Amino acid sequence: MTISIARPNDSPYYIGLDRVSEDPYHRLDNPNGIIQLGLFENRLCFDLIEKWLSENTKDSVMGRDDGDLSISGIAPYQPSDGLVEFKVAMADFMSQVMGRAVSFDPSQMVLTAGATPALEILCFCLADPGNAFLVPTPYYPGFDRDMKWRTGVELIPVHCRSTDNFIISITALDQAFNQTRKRGIKVRGILISNPSNPVGNLLPRETLYNLLDFAREKNIHIVSDEIFAGSMYGSEEFVSMAEILDMEDIDKNRIHIVYGLSKDLALPGFRVGVIYSFNESVLVAAKKLTRFSSISAPTQRLLISMVSDTRFIQEYIETNKKRIREMHDLFVEGLKQLGIKCAQSCAGLYCWADMSGLISSYSEKGELELWDKLLNIAKINVTPGSACHCIEPGWFRCCFTTLSQEDVVIVIERIRKVAETCKISS
Amino acid sequence: MALSKNQQLLSKIATNDRHGENSPYFDGWKAYDKNPYHPIDNPEGVIQMGLAENQLCFDLIQKWIRRNPKASICTAEGVHEFKNIAIFQDYNGFKEFRQAVANFMGKARGGRVTFDPTRIVMSGGATGANETVMFCLANPGDAFLVPSPCYPAFDRDCGWRTGVQLIPVNCDSSNNFLITKAALEAAYERAQQDHINVKGLIIANPSNPLGTVLDRDTLRSLVSFINEKKIHLVSDEIYAASVFSTPSFVSVSEIIEEMECDRDLIHIVYSLSKDMGLPGFRVGIVYSYNDAVVNCGRKMSSFGLVSSQTQHLLASMLSDNEFVDNFLKENSKRLAKRHSMFTKGLEKVGIACLKSSAGLFVWMDLRRLLKEQTLESEMNLWRVIINEVKLNVSPGSSFHCSEPGWFRVCFANMDDDTVEVALERIRVFVEKQQVKSKRKFQNNLNLKLSYTPRRYDESVMSPHMMSPRSPLVRART
Repeated sequence: MTISIARPNDSPYYIGLDRVSEDPYHRLDNPNGIIQLGLFENRLCFDLIEKWLSENTKDSVMGRDDGDLSISGIAPYQPSDGLVEFKVAMADFMSQVMGRAVSFDPSQMVLTAGATPALEILCFCLADPGNAFLVPTPYYPGFDRDMKWRTGVELIPVHCRSTDNFIISITALDQAFNQTRKRGIKVRGILISNPSNPVGNLLPRETLYNLLDFAREKNIHIVSDEIFAGSMYGSEEFVSMAEILDMEDIDKNRIHIVYGLSKDLALPGFRVGVIYSFNESVLVAAKKLTRFSSISAPTQRLLISMVSDTRFIQEYIETNKKRIREMHDLFVEGLKQLGIKCAQSCAGLYCWADMSGLISSYSEKGELELWDKLLNIAKINVTPGSACHCIEPGWFRCCFTTLSQEDVVIVIERIRKVAETCKISS
Repeated sequence: MALSKNQQLLSKIATNDRHGENSPYFDGWKAYDKNPYHPIDNPEGVIQMGLAENQLCFDLIQKWIRRNPKASICTAEGVHEFKNIAIFQDYNGFKEFRQAVANFMGKARGGRVTFDPTRIVMSGGATGANETVMFCLANPGDAFLVPSPCYPAFDRDCGWRTGVQLIPVNCDSSNNFLITKAALEAAYERAQQDHINVKGLIIANPSNPLGTVLDRDTLRSLVSFINEKKIHLVSDEIYAASVFSTPSFVSVSEIIEEMECDRDLIHIVYSLSKDMGLPGFRVGIVYSYNDAVVNCGRKMSSFGLVSSQTQHLLASMLSDNEFVDNFLKENSKRLAKRHSMFTKGLEKVGIACLKSSAGLFVWMDLRRLLKEQTLESEMNLWRVIINEVKLNVSPGSSFHCSEPGWFRVCFANMDDDTVEVALERIRVFVEKQQVKSKRKFQNNLNLKLSYTPRRYDESVMSPHMMSPRSPLVRART
């Protein structure tokens, strides 16, 4: 008996997640448990959502007796790519979250059960097994599963450097493209995350233009994962691919955006993802593929009213930004006290910390030894840069939005203890 | 056909036909979508009898939801659970959800067998469940045997993205469409000769489109067949609780308790879309007796997790034993009543159906209405049923039935009045056929007018309303 597809879960990213679920930290019940800094859960603004819900309660998941809000609105088969009303609501939400700099057309949208299948579906539409996507590193470890696992597509890393604050250079991209071609592998597109995961910075406008030129020249796609667009805490303005395309008269057939409610609205359990494409054929194919990954109808109904409440969403986005910034500043300052610097960032739920000063050997091995110490001695789960394919050892991604302010103090303290032992041994 | 420049940007999967949406199965739906029946707004519209959806027990579910506001996280009673549920994206699913589903699955099988909650794996509907199982069991190019007639979308679900091919094992009316060991062996041998790697057998039990259940002996022989060949058995049991008479349903989970079998080869696909009438909830379940498949499937469930809100609601609903027991009983009762009403109505006009005890449809025998026992005749008759009789029924050929003249007709997705309207339309149509037959007989005798079947073609809906690739259009020209 064979399992035809190898398991992707040998990465420290997944090992860490598993360890935390075995021994999760709880301030009262399990103070010695492992603190989760590897998973992007944003618990900072649930109070706002709960307040909205209690002001807008319904009698049940079905709502009132009239019209759509009865069982017949949630039980029967719905269009697999999402209710029209939900697409309209999401299009407006995306626009709002991106500062109204661009508007989104619901008819160019396909909704999926989370951003995870959105990425996979796009990949199935744009590439054949054996083809490749170029991906700037460091990148979200989940891309390896979402884009490669069942599709048979390769991800070719394009290494970025801390000296560039990990912003991709077209030279490196071109080099990677040519090298891949020489190996006889067809490059179908570029996959970027913007705001970046794990670094947390934005791609500048110029870089976006250069990427578009490159894609057009090589006739390849761009998939822009913009899932953190609404989790900005810096003063910079986010520029979506859609905004660039809006302004220019460019051939849009190769550009596709992925979005979702797991980060910006902190609702990962509800499984809401978006494929936004300018290519009609891709939309047609993706829509058929949503049969495998549709959003639950009662969830769509619940969210339509929440997401359409622009006043609430505005309040949420602003409060979220403020609270993320506070946590970010607290956490980064705490790390700074330990001599650990973080990359320049202005978005996301995490910081990208340079702990290379603490590792015994400047290598992936040294980095993983430190990761192991942090997991088993300091009992914090952070994501090592190697899991993100970072070419420079010693970087760690630390998510801080699951923490309270007291927890931050504890985390810094635990890291300090390990840091001291590392300094002694080096 | 050369791909457009735009299509060249896309993958083979995105541009091939394995999504199956160009089949007549879906064309009838398109005809319905353009002209849907409504008792007041559009009484001449097409009645949808091609969708296997159970709307008979909505009231029971509605009542339960109203009475249990805590189960809905958007109510005052339930909102305190909101944050824990909204944040939960663990691919294991809520423990309570898995327990509740296992509980329900056991009850749907009369309590004769229990299910282990740790083997419950989520997926995006049964569609996702079948695909996930295939990804776990087979490589591109491998094959699964499938008794036919079968659910048209198996090809998409099992093969579109996985690259797995389905090999039909034809069953026909000579023995009431039973699957025989001989037919399986023959199909298996042929595949071996063609150097095709058969990885397993996939069955739907109760059957779609037949509505029949597999008897114990047949099930045992299937299990011994796969055991002997060391191939997998995937049993799609999504109609397990949609059984309304005898013979009653026997699950493969019961058979493996009674006989020697390598359990690593046994996998069940389940869903709440049919038995509970909740297709909108997107609850698909893979239940495998093979640990490696459970582990792999669980990781794949990230591509089709059940919304945590939905898990929470169902965890509560399906562990309410009083509700579940009553629901299952009432569902069977209402299905029985509807089935009887419909089949008796058909009998009155001389139309027989395959004797069945499950499902949301009947397998209607219209062979005697065919001009010739050919696929083309079936398609012609089908066009007439859609366009003149205005019923969307599904032609047997879309289920890969090798015998022309059979049609699947769904009866559980409408109210009683609509059933009456449908029966009336059928009655009128059959009577017209009988008049036409008589007239033809007389005309042939008189040798005055020669009756040409092509007269039917003139009443076809104008082609622009059909997809250009529709066989409805093709057959016309």
